[in-house]
Amino acid sequence: MSKGRFGAHGGQYIPETLMNAVIELEEAYNHYKNDPEFQKELTTLLNDYAGRPSRLYYAEHMTKDLGGAKIYLKREDLNHTGAHKINNVLGQVLLAKKMGKTRVIAETGAGQHGVATATAAALMGMECEVFMGEEDTKRQALNVYKMRLLGARVHPVTTGTATLKDAVSETMREWTNRIDDTHYVLGSVMGPHPFPTIVRDFQAVISKEIKEQILEAEGKLPDAVLACVGGGSNAIGAFYHFIEEKDVRLIGCEAAGRGIHTKETAATIATGKPGIFHGMKSYFCQDEYGQIAPVYSISAGLDYPGIGPEHADLYDKKRAEYVAVTDDEAVDAFEYLSRTEGIIPAIESAHAVAYAMKLAKEMRPDQCIVVNLSGRGDKDCAAIARYRGEDIYE
Amino acid sequence: MSRIREAFAHGKAFIPFITCGDPSIEVTEKIVYAMEEAGADLIELGIPFSDPTAEGPVIQDANLRALSGGITTDAVFEMVRRIRRNTSIPMAFMTYANVVFSYGTERFIRTASEIGMDGLILPDVPFEEKEEFDSVCRKYGLDFISLIAPTSRDRIQMIAKEAAGFVYCVSSLGVTGVRSEITTDVGKMVQLVKEEQDIPCAVGFGISTEEQAGKMAEVSDGVIVGSAIVKLCGRYKEQCVPYIKEYVKKMKEAL
Repeated sequence: MSKGRFGAHGGQYIPETLMNAVIELEEAYNHYKNDPEFQKELTTLLNDYAGRPSRLYYAEHMTKDLGGAKIYLKREDLNHTGAHKINNVLGQVLLAKKMGKTRVIAETGAGQHGVATATAAALMGMECEVFMGEEDTKRQALNVYKMRLLGARVHPVTTGTATLKDAVSETMREWTNRIDDTHYVLGSVMGPHPFPTIVRDFQAVISKEIKEQILEAEGKLPDAVLACVGGGSNAIGAFYHFIEEKDVRLIGCEAAGRGIHTKETAATIATGKPGIFHGMKSYFCQDEYGQIAPVYSISAGLDYPGIGPEHADLYDKKRAEYVAVTDDEAVDAFEYLSRTEGIIPAIESAHAVAYAMKLAKEMRPDQCIVVNLSGRGDKDCAAIARYRGEDIYE
Repeated sequence: MSRIREAFAHGKAFIPFITCGDPSIEVTEKIVYAMEEAGADLIELGIPFSDPTAEGPVIQDANLRALSGGITTDAVFEMVRRIRRNTSIPMAFMTYANVVFSYGTERFIRTASEIGMDGLILPDVPFEEKEEFDSVCRKYGLDFISLIAPTSRDRIQMIAKEAAGFVYCVSSLGVTGVRSEITTDVGKMVQLVKEEQDIPCAVGFGISTEEQAGKMAEVSDGVIVGSAIVKLCGRYKEQCVPYIKEYVKKMKEAL
């Protein structure tokens, strides 16, 4: 029987070779998620090592400048390694260690998940190999160096479009090659069951904290929560504890690239249709024959042709809204937040900031919104400078 | 008896795989006839997919070559219609779930059945997800082929019980592609299948030499070869047909 469904989406569409591995993973996860010892170890890692809880910061200058709803930023960018990715990685690598695995493999787009995995592997004494599209190794050269510094091997992936989707494919291939001692640390709420559930649970700490923090700051829940969506792990993390709170709008911001009416886009909900790929049923950018589209975004982390199955279901149920934000809008927001608040956001997170800039203006000052600032923008500075025509190389 | 079962009725079966549209759909058609003449018992026709996650570099490249040549699912169906005017050799499609699902699962399988295909192999659809495809295949009289892998262990029984046509035994870990040796105890896998159901078992992944084919045929009912043939398509392009014919003949004789 099919498992891990979110409405029509999800499932386990993977080669038979991997089935026992995902079954073993599911059993281990179900055991350890209820194990107080495991939870205690994980909480200690999250707090003492990664720096949780992350701050909920009232962006006063931005709020006043836009003249609408109060804007709060959930500062996942302040986590160790600079993004929300560490939440999931600490959980999965700890789980892998408990399962007796000695080696972890991971895909990475922007490099944030790769760096986080290499970090956790260094901390917990695991061998680590990261697969990264060759195109992305160029866009994010500094992250490649960081991974190597942390003791990981980085494999540039040259197949297909040489970006995130190809990195995922190649990591899946590598997993079928070596399973016994190896755990695949999937970086987003995607892939075959149980990954979308495991990653969501490890990222749900974001919305758990937001809820407590906003109640303390405002005495009420936010009117909207915004997050950027590629696969959708920071977004599901920011949404999860609000899904049952029907008055809270949940808004996922997809990468429109050069626009949803061009071919150079990665906005899956806006331009995709139902499909089966990378182990899951969900929405995918594809042609009429089901060939996966070579998507594009300025952001290597959102440059993915699919979306996690739980997001697909939230969209079907109309519980969450998904909007498309172009490269230009994201770059404007990247610069705007830097100037107004002195915070340089990851170009991924800047997609959510860009939509917040539009939305806040349409809302009243007694309303408030939370933007999940999923990562910091140091890694993007050179690329954005080049986008603006400056001749800067890392 | 289904046509796929018949493929195993005359001794050990040789099952070649080719990627449709590589180097061109016209050449693919010629390869089919040549392979039949050379003694192939069942032919796997690969419908290209942009991101074939179970394939090694050789078949990945063939998929991309075929797609950049403009091959589509409809063009493959047209080719099969032409082929069926000339031969009744058993044939199965091998592709990925999204190619079938996006075409409309029922529409795809109904068409495949109408044009005379005999089976469907989807390497990214394991036992747990097979019902959505298998139920439609049963309706239209196609065999939905089950795969077992070296890691299947306790799953073999469950998979074998519901298998149709033949059981595809994956010989090695990893993706498709030529290997210098096969270390899995394939005989044991086949035995576990047969304990559950009297169904032919064919071994694939990694087989390229006559010696390997002979060894695998000793412990199973047939041998599947993909990458070694697709490599010939890549190397000799439009001129590949006689090379493939020669190779298939040699391999069939080795069984």
